[in-house]
Amino acid sequence: MASNSLLSKIATNDGHGENLAYFDGWKAYDGNPFHATQNPDGVIQMGLAENPLSLDVIEEWIKKNPKASICTPEGVAEFKNVANFQDYHGFPHFRKAIANFMSKARGGRVKFDPDRVVMAGGATGANETVMFCLADPGDAFLVPSPYYPAFYRDLGWRTGVKIVPVDCDSSNNFQVTRAALEAAYEKARNNNINIKGLIITNPSNPLGTTVDRDTLTSLVKFINDKNIHLVCDEIYAGTVFSCPKFTCVTEVLQDVKNCNRDLIHIVYSLSKDMGVPGLRIGIVYSYNDTVVNCARKMSSFGLVSSQTQHMLSAMLLDDEFVSNFLETSSKRLARRHRFFTTGLEEVGINCLKGNAGLFCWMDLRKLLKDQTFEAEMVLWRMIINKVKLNVSPGSSFRCVEPGWFRVCFANMDEHTVEVALKRIRAFVGLEGDKKSNNADHQLFVNSPRKNRRQEGLRLSFPATRRYEEVMSPRMISPHSPMPRSPLLRAS
Amino acid sequence: MCMLSTKATCNSHGQDSSYFLGWQEYEKNPFHEVNNTNGIIQMGLAENQLCFDILKSWLAKNPDAAGFKRNGESIFGELALFQDYHGIPEFKKALAEFMSEIRGNKVSFDPNHLVLAAGATSANETLMFCLAEPGEAFLLPTPYYPGFDRDLKWRTGVEIVPIQCTSSNGFQITETALQEAYQEAQKRNLRVKGVLVTNPSNPLGTTMTRNELNMLVSFVEDKGIHLVSDEIYSGTAFSTPSFVSVMEILKERECDENGSDVWNRVHVVYSLSKDLGLPGFRVGAIYSNDDRVVSAATKMSSFGLVSSQTQYLLAAMLSDKKLTKNYISENHKRLRQRQKKLVSGLQKAGISCLKGNAGLFCWVDMRHLLRSNTFEAEMELWKKIVYEVRLNISPGSSCHCTEPGWFRVCFANMSEDTLDLALQRLKAFVTEYYNIPEVNGHHQTIHLNHSRRRSLTKWVFRLSFDDRSPIPGR
Repeated sequence: MASNSLLSKIATNDGHGENLAYFDGWKAYDGNPFHATQNPDGVIQMGLAENPLSLDVIEEWIKKNPKASICTPEGVAEFKNVANFQDYHGFPHFRKAIANFMSKARGGRVKFDPDRVVMAGGATGANETVMFCLADPGDAFLVPSPYYPAFYRDLGWRTGVKIVPVDCDSSNNFQVTRAALEAAYEKARNNNINIKGLIITNPSNPLGTTVDRDTLTSLVKFINDKNIHLVCDEIYAGTVFSCPKFTCVTEVLQDVKNCNRDLIHIVYSLSKDMGVPGLRIGIVYSYNDTVVNCARKMSSFGLVSSQTQHMLSAMLLDDEFVSNFLETSSKRLARRHRFFTTGLEEVGINCLKGNAGLFCWMDLRKLLKDQTFEAEMVLWRMIINKVKLNVSPGSSFRCVEPGWFRVCFANMDEHTVEVALKRIRAFVGLEGDKKSNNADHQLFVNSPRKNRRQEGLRLSFPATRRYEEVMSPRMISPHSPMPRSPLLRAS
Repeated sequence: MCMLSTKATCNSHGQDSSYFLGWQEYEKNPFHEVNNTNGIIQMGLAENQLCFDILKSWLAKNPDAAGFKRNGESIFGELALFQDYHGIPEFKKALAEFMSEIRGNKVSFDPNHLVLAAGATSANETLMFCLAEPGEAFLLPTPYYPGFDRDLKWRTGVEIVPIQCTSSNGFQITETALQEAYQEAQKRNLRVKGVLVTNPSNPLGTTMTRNELNMLVSFVEDKGIHLVSDEIYSGTAFSTPSFVSVMEILKERECDENGSDVWNRVHVVYSLSKDLGLPGFRVGAIYSNDDRVVSAATKMSSFGLVSSQTQYLLAAMLSDKKLTKNYISENHKRLRQRQKKLVSGLQKAGISCLKGNAGLFCWVDMRHLLRSNTFEAEMELWKKIVYEVRLNISPGSSCHCTEPGWFRVCFANMSEDTLDLALQRLKAFVTEYYNIPEVNGHHQTIHLNHSRRRSLTKWVFRLSFDDRSPIPGR
């Protein structure tokens, strides 16, 4: 029978996933954020998968293309039409621009149909919408672990869909195997759990790797055989910076006999590839007409602002810009990745060999006291409190092997990366004179907040917990000093 | 086993309803002042196109805000990265103050209790997710916005039970109707979690009286349930009686935190789509005094945040008090004039409206033009109006009205000339079809001229939905 509570279960349960110990790292960071000059001993944020490295390229374009904004004198003639436009099909040129960008981010190897491009409120909204279209409350999706922690919320909170993890481990570089899928599927079925599909993130978060063609083909074969859906969250497709190149699921469909395309769906976003999470551009792309229609109707709950559609249309239809951006971004990510991983290797810390994403999957198993998650937590707290780096422990990604950590490298400037590496060296004991003197800090640091500078427009950070990749507690990287806005001041 | 979800294959998004079909017909033959003067005039779209010039001129004077600049320096990068679901503080502050200004500063809103959403569509759905379980119900006075069937019910599983209102008292909510609705829900074994009202009302174009509001507050207090007040038209209340927000009533009743719990059970939904005419920007908000609702809704807003560039632009706009003051008053003035034009034009055609003082539409009484007092007759009349008169208006049945013959006609989404033309067409239709002489503001008895009636089977009506966006324009 209905509960007696005045609020819904959804409103009062933990399905939003924010009450995890995982947030202790954020608290430590919030309480003592690193700043190059003003708080050089603060905690460095390495838990945030953001990509600001090539925003300057976008800014340049915006400066040169005032017409793309509906607010400039050059562009204001369109203000009324744009401000008025709420058609959930989106601007045709926006869909065309997105299809074009998606294609280019895949090296032109796949062509996308603009009529299948459906908007959503970021990838967060897109993933939820896809679940609403494909599954009923109580149904389940297979998700290879380790996986993005917020899937718990995005896939299941309001939809009632369950996650059935498919465990992967380092024995084969965390690749998903057919055997693992079959085992998870059977086990679920034996427990009367109705599996509606498989969702993969390719390139993977947190692994920072792309799924190879053969594995991808086997995944498609698997779902095709079982007649369940395949959702490919490809939001990092454009962050591939080295070999092997990215294989989009579309590329392997032809290799699977009698492939039922009605089962294939792609989730995309510009938040990672272009580094614009604030603009909330999420996309559902499905080969299933009914899903396209349904997702489009549902997109009413999270349309992309027409102002944003208008600007991005012009930007992404500019082929020269797109090529230049993708190339520049890829180069800068490669360089940053190399810089960081080399630094780690120099002190004997290895990462899973990555070729994509904004992070490394760092192997600290040998630093564990024992191969347990308790030991992982102990190590993690030490990293936060002594080394003063907010990294993300593998357990928060539901990794089944203790000792792995996701470390983001793109959301800071190079100097900060150097500082982080220095601290890691010191921690591992190779930099004698730079021992950690701040030995006995408690978990919840009480030191006065240095650098509580009000950067940009974000002026205060409530003490409530945050969820990484969903919200950033500040508007800009804490590592770049920006003057306070004279135009907009909080009281 | 069904391959897709029940939600994907069912009908409760409500988009196969007649409300949207008229829109489809419009799409096939849309009126254009120059290129298609015989086309269908869109009068089913509750948009406010009357004051864009004011916003455009503000933009011209404020280049920094317009171009994501601060002192000439670009802050695009900051905005691009900002995805905090608490929103840009300056924006929420400005929005809270704007909401207060619209209410004559009789109430104030705390930005920390304001949750941003991707339009009122998202705000309403989010509130349902927070306040009710699947299978529970909200009571809504009829007639109501057709989109509620989707926004409140579709993905949430919440039911709507109507509070029947009639023309006998101007469609106001009565105590009896409320109680009857509540009992009806109980009969259907539905647990009622709250009442949701739209004030000012869509489709009525009227503001709720103090009486009604007090009655509602007492009712929800007594039943221990929620009250959601969708006040997205609050800035369009252009003539007396002035708009009274439910928040004002709570304040008058001193239902503050130390008083009755009803304080925590009243929630307001707002948006800039109607008042500012910016539906494309997807700016909605939920206001609640209940911290838990604020907290849950904030987390849910991750599924539909407001674009940071839009927040930034609007923060600058709404912080400019000269602009907001001028806009609010000019908006009222223009809406008032426009509504007057529609009302008097309709009168000349022998058609009256519910006396309205708000909104972007009139609730028009065409009962006297019905062949019979039935919804079939209403549909016949509606089809004639869409196909012959070539006006897309919204039939009352699509708004769940219990009385046939009422139609919602929008007046703010077109030029004055277009409105004139629409009125001419309507008058010509009434005159020709019902064979009545020129009417000078008097309501004439209509004698149907059967020899002139065309065969109704002439209109082939395509019922299957070809996936046009219906534009959730309320």
